[in-house]
Amino acid sequence: MQDWKQHKATFASIAVSPVLWLVAFFVVPLAVVWLYSFGRNVGLTEIDISGTFSNYGRALEPLYLEIFGKSVAVAALTTLICLVIGFPIALAITFAQPKWRPWMLLAIMLPFWTNLLIRTYALITVLRTEGYVNKSLGWFWEGASSLKVMVGMAPLSTWEPLPLLYNNFAVILGLVYVHLPFMVLPLYAALDRLDRSLIEASLDLGAGHFRTLTQIVAPLAAPGIISGVIITFVPALGAYLTPDLMGGPDSQMIANVIERQFKRANDWPFGAALSFLLMYATFILIALQTLRNRNAERRS
Amino acid sequence: MNRRIPLEVFRANRRSILQGLGAAAVGLSFTGALAGCGSKEDGAKVGGTGEEPKLNFYNWDTYIGETTLGDFKGASGIDVNMSLFATNDELFAKLRAGNPGFDVIVPSNDFVERMVKADMLVPLDHTQIPNIKNVDPSFINVAYDPGRKFSLPYTWLVLGIGYRKSKVKAKPDSWKVLFDSPEYKSRIALLSEAGDMFRLYGKYLGKSVNSLTPEDLKTIEALMIKQKPNVKAFHEDNGQDLLLSGEVDLVLEYNGDIAQIMTEDDDIDFVIPKEGSQLNSDTLCIPKGAPHPKNAHAFINYLLDAEAGKKIAETILYPTPNAAAKALMPDAYKNNPAIFPPADLLAKCEYAAYNEKLQPLYEEAFTRVRAA
Repeated sequence: MQDWKQHKATFASIAVSPVLWLVAFFVVPLAVVWLYSFGRNVGLTEIDISGTFSNYGRALEPLYLEIFGKSVAVAALTTLICLVIGFPIALAITFAQPKWRPWMLLAIMLPFWTNLLIRTYALITVLRTEGYVNKSLGWFWEGASSLKVMVGMAPLSTWEPLPLLYNNFAVILGLVYVHLPFMVLPLYAALDRLDRSLIEASLDLGAGHFRTLTQIVAPLAAPGIISGVIITFVPALGAYLTPDLMGGPDSQMIANVIERQFKRANDWPFGAALSFLLMYATFILIALQTLRNRNAERRS
Repeated sequence: MNRRIPLEVFRANRRSILQGLGAAAVGLSFTGALAGCGSKEDGAKVGGTGEEPKLNFYNWDTYIGETTLGDFKGASGIDVNMSLFATNDELFAKLRAGNPGFDVIVPSNDFVERMVKADMLVPLDHTQIPNIKNVDPSFINVAYDPGRKFSLPYTWLVLGIGYRKSKVKAKPDSWKVLFDSPEYKSRIALLSEAGDMFRLYGKYLGKSVNSLTPEDLKTIEALMIKQKPNVKAFHEDNGQDLLLSGEVDLVLEYNGDIAQIMTEDDDIDFVIPKEGSQLNSDTLCIPKGAPHPKNAHAFINYLLDAEAGKKIAETILYPTPNAAAKALMPDAYKNNPAIFPPADLLAKCEYAAYNEKLQPLYEEAFTRVRAA
């Protein structure tokens, strides 16, 4: 490969449009919001950028830190469940017959082509009190009850629909449902590149399947696991639609609070401070990951 | 407010009325001159008002009559381009950095106050809107816009309790069942709008919606936290769906939203609690920087016409402040207690004034309630 330093003009001519794009539509708007976070509301529409840190001070009050903490916990649990479910799926796709693989990948990708809002509402109709899950379970319950009566035993008590919606369980379920493809795709990419002979060697040398998985496959797939974890965790941390639509009275996440600052509370400076704290947390996470990668490369 | 009201019961009604009417723009008080101009200058760049025949209308979803915009074009030659917003906050956020080209907008009463304070509205020229005479006089002198300098009422609404008749022991005619009682544990959905929630709790405590103090907020916050385990969800103004699907049996909602589903399900009813409630009104305004102010006046005048107002009410089924239009409506609308609640209860309801100082306190207290 040729070094870009030898072809500076060519490089510059290619790079100029993406750089301009990035500056105009990402850096500049974000910088404006960043400046807002050091301002305060004057009247209803004006923001005076006074260089104050009071918005950050308020954002670090226990109330908001607890909501931050809760959001991190929800996102972490979502990521963990996605990993536990996604890893076997990725393995299955990797070891499936080649002619099935594109179809299995398509099945993973398909939900992406549907709007998030529509998918969420679809999930709501499945989970609600009069939804398909509760209807089917109720039907089985009735069946079991009449079966018991037939063999002369007392019938079961009446069926109580499960509370599947409007609680924290529903939020986690919704987030896992939405974010699973983010986990499966990088895992599949990593596992697909795996040298199969290493697995065969491990099995030949007497390691069991589980040991091969934990000591050979998982470490080799680590980069895929880490990038899967990050691209699942980051959007899950910023989720606001799912907790809004599927959550109960105490399911608010930090993104819901941020949204309210920009809309109902009309407090853009405080909303900006909260969003930037969230963004700093994300940046730190990504920086740590990059550092790890670099160290790993240096060692090898 | 979820302004979606396709009603089976009214549909048959509406169709026959429309057919009876035939050509739509008959009998409009102001059309004479405008309609004449529109047809004479067919294809010309200038409409009846001397401006280019265009108008940008920023409205709630399904909040206009089925043929209203077409009828207006037929009458005046002005092409209405309607865009939609979902909340007042969205409307405000869009206009706060400058008007992107809207001529007529439909903010609620408290946002009229807010936008007047922020100098975002143009004073209305009443001489260009003779149909003001159709508006019920009780809607002319309102606290949020004395003398109707900036806004004219389009609809009004009131918050109350929508409930499933077969699932309640008695008519839930007090806020207590929603706000301060475990009686209907996990079968209640409340609104997720902080300001409305605090003001209605204030009503429950016997206070005016506009006289709450920071101390009251503390009392109310404690009450809300105590009631939270009994609440199934804070809904995003889709309470009528939760009630209709059997997810909850009692819901805090706007009368119009409950009136819609009452026609789909006989088991549902609406009541304004005896302590009184909060009124809202959606209004027609012209934002500063509107490119077609004359067309905007003509359009507002058209919307306040009796026949046009009647067609709008037939579609959207919200209570209309247009007395002339209401007089033309069938009894099923006029005498529907969910759409037009009894006068003695309405007398206890108030409009909420915009309170710049309390609004952030409401929001923060509500965040605490939800985090508790």
